[in-house]
Amino acid sequence: MIIAVKLFAAVKQLAGREIVEVDIPDGGTVHDLRAALTQSFPDLGKILPHTHIAVDQQYAAADQTLHADSEVACIPPVSGG
Amino acid sequence: MIRLTEKPIDSQQVLAQVQSHRAGAVVLFLGTTREFTGDRQTSSLDYECYPEMAEQKLLELENEARTRWEIVDCAIVHRLGHLELGEASVAIAVSSAHRQNAFEAGQWLIDTMKAVVPIWKRENWSDGTAEWVHPGTEPSTSKTT
Repeated sequence: MIIAVKLFAAVKQLAGREIVEVDIPDGGTVHDLRAALTQSFPDLGKILPHTHIAVDQQYAAADQTLHADSEVACIPPVSGG
Repeated sequence: MIRLTEKPIDSQQVLAQVQSHRAGAVVLFLGTTREFTGDRQTSSLDYECYPEMAEQKLLELENEARTRWEIVDCAIVHRLGHLELGEASVAIAVSSAHRQNAFEAGQWLIDTMKAVVPIWKRENWSDGTAEWVHPGTEPSTSKTT
């Protein structure tokens, strides 16, 4: 299934776009998504290990299952305030 | 009350949001744009966020603060977009019957907000470079366009 991933700040800058799409197996997890991102977007390799993945606007654990309609975002370390 | 805004923060308005005859204390925290970080000089900042999740997280923080401390009211406002030196990027106001709860809740709110809410700051340095701030990572500097 194709998962669209929202990007922000330096991750968006490195990728050169706000949303990227990755293909993971049906029933795939956040862990699978990370692997697909790392493989498909080598430019993100350095920063990805520092990021969280959010699913439906909540920080997600590596074993969380994704669905085709999940809202997925890559969250680099935050710096608000 | 939580709000994300592109407009300058009116601290008097934020205070007014939480003032109440039930409160004997009001604490206001303002985060403002600082010129020097070590020996590096900032000329301006830009903030961006993941709007839906940032609002969700800020609401969770407000609710948790209300659970953990006896507070009368609380307001969190975060600015987005371009900020010049000295401008406020964040305002947190907390009112409570007695001061300890307002101080503690206010400190917890700003500390926790800085750790979990998906908002990011870009430093526009005086030397013309710019970088997104991601604590714990190598800076990725780029020329300001």
